Formats: sequence, structure tokens, C-alpha cells
Amino acid sequence: MDAKVSFTLNGRSVDAEATGATLLVDLLRNHFGLTGAHVGCDTSQCGACVVHVDGVSVKSCTMLAAQAEGRTVETIEGLASNGELHPVQQAFHEHHALQCGFCTPGMIMSALDLLRRNPRPSEVEVRDWLEGNMCRCTGYHNIVKAVRAAAVAMDEEAS
Amino acid sequence: MREFNYYRAGSVRDAAKRLSASGNAMLLAGGMTLLPALKMRLNEPGELIDLADIGELKGIKLNRKGAQVGATTTHAEVAENVELRAAIPVLPHAAESIGDPQVRNRGTLGGSLANNDPAADYPAVALGLGATIITNKRKISADDFFTGMFETALGRGEMVTQVLFPIPQRAGYAIFPNPATRYALVGVCVAQFKTGVRVAVTGAGASVYRLEDFEDALTDEFSEVALDGLTASAASLNDDMHAGADYRAHLVGVMARRAVAMALE
Repeated sequence: MDAKVSFTLNGRSVDAEATGATLLVDLLRNHFGLTGAHVGCDTSQCGACVVHVDGVSVKSCTMLAAQAEGRTVETIEGLASNGELHPVQQAFHEHHALQCGFCTPGMIMSALDLLRRNPRPSEVEVRDWLEGNMCRCTGYHNIVKAVRAAAVAMDEEAS
Repeated sequence: MREFNYYRAGSVRDAAKRLSASGNAMLLAGGMTLLPALKMRLNEPGELIDLADIGELKGIKLNRKGAQVGATTTHAEVAENVELRAAIPVLPHAAESIGDPQVRNRGTLGGSLANNDPAADYPAVALGLGATIITNKRKISADDFFTGMFETALGRGEMVTQVLFPIPQRAGYAIFPNPATRYALVGVCVAQFKTGVRVAVTGAGASVYRLEDFEDALTDEFSEVALDGLTASAASLNDDMHAGADYRAHLVGVMARRAVAMALE
């Protein structure tokens, strides 16, 4: 049975019809055409589907669309503003922190949650935090470098 | 995932009523275990009753006797709670070792206890600390709550609402994570109270359990040395592709010593 789900998506109020078992990631991809969040594993392990709900990172493949009712959802598509990349996106670009790019949206959304909690994470803290994001190109080294560079860039932007 | 009806409960009473009335409804807290299980079609509920809007299930309250943690408090909230870190550091420490940050942002204390996964972290800490699990119907001691693999004392229409953790003098929790899944291959919680020491083991058996000879030795003398010569029995321990029963039994001894060392830090 379909039911209406209303929430804020990348700053806009939206609503959609969804069945009880519809996953948030499927609603984002199939209904709203936001295909940045990827489905990589179906077992909640890979993190390619990470988005923010009420400001914290979650795996959108392990959340029902109906659970987003009344919440604020932010996806990778909501990060850039006026054609300018978000500092975390820019840092991934500059430090070659992606190879095939499949894991990248989830990596960036996860990293952004870390940087909001801990503006200057150590390398160990970045690696610990990214436990739930897998890069099967194994490009972790540059990903960690990019996250730490983004921390500096965001600090400078804020000051 | 097979289709089901989604219902957002407004109160504990509403959720319990709905749960009792339906033959095949299930409660949805964080969904970190339930939703993956439904994707694998390990279960086919007709309805999921979402507890997310129930304010009385949330929050952490601390007094001199202990901490009362609401059932839908997330692992991240427990891990980051400053008061808990000061009063019962073993609890936020264990919460922080669960899953990954995104799982900790959604997964809940009540969900973990009610699921009673044989390798889960929270059951070991609840049993080690001698917690009391409060449901919508009664209070259950942790000693009576965990009854078997994925089984608890919860009856039909019954749900965890709060968990009371007494404050130990000292406590530690050490896990040996499975290198692939990061679940506890073996985890041991050791807690010292005025009345004695409690030792609880997760990951090794079908369900979390206590180690009485370790408890007696540590009650006499709370040190790693007190465990010299003691070994955990491998009888009825899990024996699978991840580890043999003998290896798990060995790890129980090592993790118990590490948990004692952590408690003494």
C-alpha cells in the first residue's frame, strides 16, 4: 500500500508516494533521480549509499523511505553551490581520491559528517571513521589525504 | 524485500497494542539488523511498527545509583555522552566498538538487546554490569533476559523500554574482532562491584554467558595474575569457519585479561 512521505531534500520540501518496504536509497534514485547514492552491497557494509538525515550520516540502503517522514535529507547532489564544488568534493578532486568513483559519494558524505564533529581529525581518526565505507579500487591512501586537506580548507573557509 | 505495512507508533502503549493485536508485526528501532535480515528474506513481517517518534524511549539519565538509558537511544548517543564517559566508561566504550559510524548513528540499545545476536557487544556489557531490562510489562534482570541464540525472555506484545545500568567500581570490555566482519569473535566484559566481580562473554557461545570461575578468582583478587592457570571451557562454544571452539576458548582467557587490564587503567 502506498503512503505519502514528505521531507526536506537538499533544502527543498518534497513529497512522494512509497510502499512500506521502499528503501530510502531507492526513493532517492528512482523517484527523485538523485543517483549519486549508490547501492553497492545490499548488506549495509559498503557505505556507497551514505546520505545525511537530520545532519548525521546514515546508510540509505538500510533505512525505509517512510522513516524519512518529516526529516531533512541531504545527498551528494546538495553539496555544490552555484556550480562551485564543496571543499570536500574539491579536495577529492585535487588529491585524486577516486579511481572508478563508485564509492566516492558515500565517502564524501561520510567524511563530511566526521569533519562536522571533528574539524581536524588525525589520520588514524579518519581511517577509523571510514570503517563503514569501502573502496574496492583500494584508493584509501588518497581518500584519507583528501579528507585531511578538506579539513584545512573548511577551517580556512570558516575563519 | 517483501512488502509490509509501515506504522509509526505514537507511544509505547500504542506500539504494544498494535504489536499484540497483529499476528506478524515486528518492532522497528534502528533497523540495523532487522532491515538487512528482511532483505535476505529471513523474516516476513506483515507490519513494521516504527518506534522512532516515541519520546519516552529516548534519552540518558544518570544518578548516583546508575544510568537509565532509553531503548531507542543510539549507539552514537551513548558513545558520545559525557556523563556516561565519566560514570560508566565501559558503556560508551562498548557502544563505540559496534559496527561503523553510520550503524552507530541508527542502531539502538534496545534493538541490540532484544535481538541478542550471539556476537553483539551490548548483551555482554548488560550481563557484565548486571543491568536491569525494563519492559512495558515488568523488570527483567540481565541474568534472566538472554535465553539463547537470538532469543530473550521477552514475551508476546512485550518490548524493552529502558535499561538500568548499575555503576561498577571498575570495568573493562575487550573484544577480538573478526578481521573481516569486525564483529566480536570473542568479547569479554569484566565489572567489579562491592558485592563481587561479574564476567560476561559474547561471540564465543550461542548466547552471552557468565564465567563463574573467573568471577570467583577476580573477586578474591582483581588482577590479571589472579586469572593465571584458569582456562575457559571449549565445550559448547561456537565452532565455525571463522574460528574453532578451542581457539575461541583461548581468546576468552586473553580478552578477560585485557578487560581486567583496561579496568585497572
